[in-house]
Order: sequence, then structure tokens, then C-alpha cells
Amino acid sequence: MSPAYVLKRILLIGYTLFVVSLIVFAITQILPADAAVMMLGENATPDALAALRTQMGLNNPFWMQYLHWLGGVVRGDFGISMRTNLPVAPAMLEALGRSLLLALFSILLMLAVAVPLGIVAAVRRGRAIDLGVSFLSYVGVSVPEFVTATLVVLVLADWLQWLPATGYIPLTEDLMRGLKHLVLPVLTVSMILIAHVSRMVRSELIDVLHSDYVRAARLKGLSKRQVLFKHALRNALLPTITIVALDVGYLLGGVIVVEEIFALPGIGRQLIVAIQARDLPSIQAGALIMATTYAVVNFIADIAYAWLDRRIQYD
Amino acid sequence: MTEILKRMLRSPQGLLGLVIVGLILLVVIAGPWFAPQDPEKMAPLMRYKPPSAQFWLGTDQYGRDILSRLLHGARATVVMAALATALGTLVGAVIGTVSAFLGGRSDEAIMRTVDAIMSIPSLLMALLIVNLLGKSSLNALLAIALAFTPSMARVTRSVALAVRKQDYVNAAVARGESATFIVGREMLPNVVAPIIVEMTIRISFAVMLFATLSFLGLGAQPPASEWGLMVSEARRFMHLSAWMILWPSLAVALVAIGFNLLGDGLRDALNPRT
Repeated sequence: MSPAYVLKRILLIGYTLFVVSLIVFAITQILPADAAVMMLGENATPDALAALRTQMGLNNPFWMQYLHWLGGVVRGDFGISMRTNLPVAPAMLEALGRSLLLALFSILLMLAVAVPLGIVAAVRRGRAIDLGVSFLSYVGVSVPEFVTATLVVLVLADWLQWLPATGYIPLTEDLMRGLKHLVLPVLTVSMILIAHVSRMVRSELIDVLHSDYVRAARLKGLSKRQVLFKHALRNALLPTITIVALDVGYLLGGVIVVEEIFALPGIGRQLIVAIQARDLPSIQAGALIMATTYAVVNFIADIAYAWLDRRIQYD
Repeated sequence: MTEILKRMLRSPQGLLGLVIVGLILLVVIAGPWFAPQDPEKMAPLMRYKPPSAQFWLGTDQYGRDILSRLLHGARATVVMAALATALGTLVGAVIGTVSAFLGGRSDEAIMRTVDAIMSIPSLLMALLIVNLLGKSSLNALLAIALAFTPSMARVTRSVALAVRKQDYVNAAVARGESATFIVGREMLPNVVAPIIVEMTIRISFAVMLFATLSFLGLGAQPPASEWGLMVSEARRFMHLSAWMILWPSLAVALVAIGFNLLGDGLRDALNPRT
């Protein structure tokens, strides 16, 4: 991995963040015919509208509004929420923390389930267990989160009464109850991830198992188990890093729906609330934070991949 | 064409996908005629009924027949999703082909920008656009189309790059044809096949995305019988009747599975690997 490659990726992520910020700002503040009317509604008094326009700088040219906003964002100032009258940034960061907790547990569960499933399916290719895993992963990627979420609530919370259906309790406040409230959201989010990643692990591993060096290792007299775990798995799991990073995009989308359904006050729910309340600064902050997270995760995955897989020369 | 069809029928995925999507198309075209009841007819004495001989799938919170609502709602759900995908694919295909045709620095600049836009998750992008345009089915359609455009541009470009190197394109350039002619008449028709595969798989995403937007209250509006909206409305009455949730959920899942299978079957049929 050459320093030039890293430098190029850093420049690219800079450009990505610039484009994303421009789109988010344009879509929320510039493109609406009148952002002030959009926020206050059709029945607002002319005085209130004029005051809001001045406050938001809507009378200034586009680039001035954008630079003014970007200047604030870079300093960590996303403005004041129109809904709560509190600064947006601290509320959003707190919400982001809760979402990251949800994402972290989901990814851990996904790795614990998807990798073994993929391995078993690849090793027992064409057998009943392989077909079973394939079928489940088809269903998993084809069922939207709101359906999965509704079904797990119906079965685990409503019928069996094992777990609470909605709500959030901070882990620091009550660890056991906090964890219980996280089970259903984590289960829902990880379902699509498990389906997707187990399929990837399976197909990567099948490719690797057919490669020359695996055959060479077999012919050398190594046991199947040694070949699988020492030789094949390492190379099969490498591309999975990239897949997992790309899945963070799904994850972020899924998080919006899942948090809304389970009333988990993370960044996705904040965004939905902000959209419903036409709270522009919060919408901008939520969208920008989510897109930035995705871009940064992919950047890290690319660098990690290049670093781990030294056979490939990047330029 | 028949060769591709034959190959699809031989793989279990392709066969199952064809059957499911065929059924869905039948419901989309003829569903309203099969519907035993008026989907909007309320019957206060017949609320929350489980499946029975009279109401095959049961009734909802207003005593409306769920089967009839599902059959009518197929158009609102599947057709909208398919149109959104087609629109996004068309715009994306033009951008991707133009980018490949231009090549060099313009291509690099266009693709880097496309990559940057793609770092906004589709659902988030769709939410922002619906927020901008206002909530309605049509705006949800536009939002999904726009959210799909960048990734379709990327897929098309990689195919179009190979087409760009073909002799007939070079010949057209040498003849001094205009850029519009080369992109529209020489390149686009030759990137169609792989794009259709990608599009088929995307329809299943679009169905999920469209239903999700409606579920969040940002797509189809009541009393429409869009399936995502039906799930969303049924959630409040979960304790009274689980059937109300199960049927539209299954419908969304079945459509998504069908298009996924069809897309995978098509892909295998178009480029046989072994």
C-alpha cells in the first residue's frame, strides 16, 4: 500500500464529503421554493416569515448561505433546532451514540451467525443445509425491515410476551432492562445483514476452495480442517470486509425504520421526527452525519483491505 | 431470446422467479376484476374478522375485505416501484453511457461525483427528496428514481466502457457522427441486456423502499390500499387481529423475493459461467 494510494483516498473522501454537504444543503434549504414557508406552514404571518428569513439568511445568495452553514458545521455548530429551541449538535451526537450501539450489537450478532452459516453452506455445497441457508438468505434480503420488525414484535413481544415491544432505557441506568429493550431492534437490523453476508461468505469460500493453492495444500497431505481454517478462510473473509462496509449503507437506512418502529431515540428517529416537524437544522445535521458515517466507514474499509491484502498493489 | 428463456426455465431460481413474477403481473393487470368485494366498502359489524369462506383473508379495522384491498393495492405498490426503477435506470443509463463515451477527465469527474452521491443511503436520499417535494405516491416514485440513478449510472458505465472500445463505435466516431447519435443509437442499445438484469433486481429494492416510505407515512396516503400503508395502519390493531398485518407483509415479501429470483435467474441465463 503506497502513500500515494492513501493520499488519493483522503482527497477522494474530502471531495465526497463536500458533494454530500452541498446536496444535503441544497435539497433542504435552497431547492424548496421558500424554506421559511415550508418550516412555518402556509398560515404563518408575514412578520414571522420575514423574521425567519432574516434569521436563516434566506435573502443572501446561495453560496453565502452555504458557506455560512458549512462554517458552522466545521466548528460543530449545526444551528438551533426549530422544534426544541436547543442546539442541534449535542442532541444529534447523543442520538448517534445510541444508534452506534444498535449498529455495533447488530454487526457482532451478524458476524457470529453469518460467518459460520456461510462456511457450513460452502463446505456442504449442494446438500440440504446449503439449500436451507440459501433459501433463508433469499427471504432475508427480500423482506423489508418494517415487515421483519412488525413480525418480531408480533411473535416475541405480543404473543410470547418475552420482550418489551418498544422503548429505550440507557444501559448505564439499568443494564438488564436496557439490554432487553435492545434485543428486538438488534434482531431486526441484523436479519438482512446476516442474509447478505452469509451469501457472500459462501460464494467467496467456494471460489477459494477451488483455487490452485487450496488443491496444493490438500495434495501436500494437510487435513481438510487445516486447509479450511489455515488457508482458505483467511482469503475468503478478506472481501467480506468490503461487503460489511457497503452494508453499513443498508444498516443506516434500516436503522431509520427500526428506530422509528421501536421508539429508539437514535439518529434515524431524530431524522424522522425532524422531517415531520420540518425542523431544517436537525434534518441537515441528521442527514449529514449519516452520510459522513457511511463515507468514513468505507474509507476505513478500503484502507484496511489494502493493508491486509498486500498481494495487490494499489496506485 | 427463446434460448435465454429455456436456460432460465432450467434453473430453479429462474423458474420460480418467472412463476412468481408472472402471478404478480396477473394480479396487477386483472386483480381488481378478481376482487370479491369493493376494497373501500366498510362494514362496521364485520371488523377484525379472521379468514373465512366469506372473507378469504379476513377483514380490517373498518370491516373492509383484505383480499380485495391487496388485489387492488398491487397496482399502487408494484407498478409504482417498477416505474420508479425504470425512470432511475433510464436516467442512470444515459449518465453512465455519456460518461463512458466522453472518457478521460470528464469520465473521472462524473464517476467520482456519482460515488460521492452514492454515500447517501437510498432511503435517506428518498426521505430528503420526499421532504422537499411533499408526501404523495408520485413524489415517492420520483424520490426512489432519483435515489437509484447514481448506482445505475455506475453499473451502466462499466458495461458501456467495453462497448466504447468496439469497432462499430470507433467507426461511428470516424464517420464524424454527433455525440448524441453515438450515445443514443450505437452505445445505449448495446448496454441494454446487463442493465435489464440489474433493473429486475432493483425492482425488488424499489418495492421494499416504496412500501417503507408509505409505512413511514411519506408515500401513499390513506385510504389507498398500498401494502406498506396497510401494514402501517394494521400495527395499531395488532392485538385485535394479526391477519391484518400478516397478509400485506407477506405480499411485499413475495414480490421482492420474486423479482430477486427472476433477476438472479436472468443473470445466470445471460452469462452462463461453467
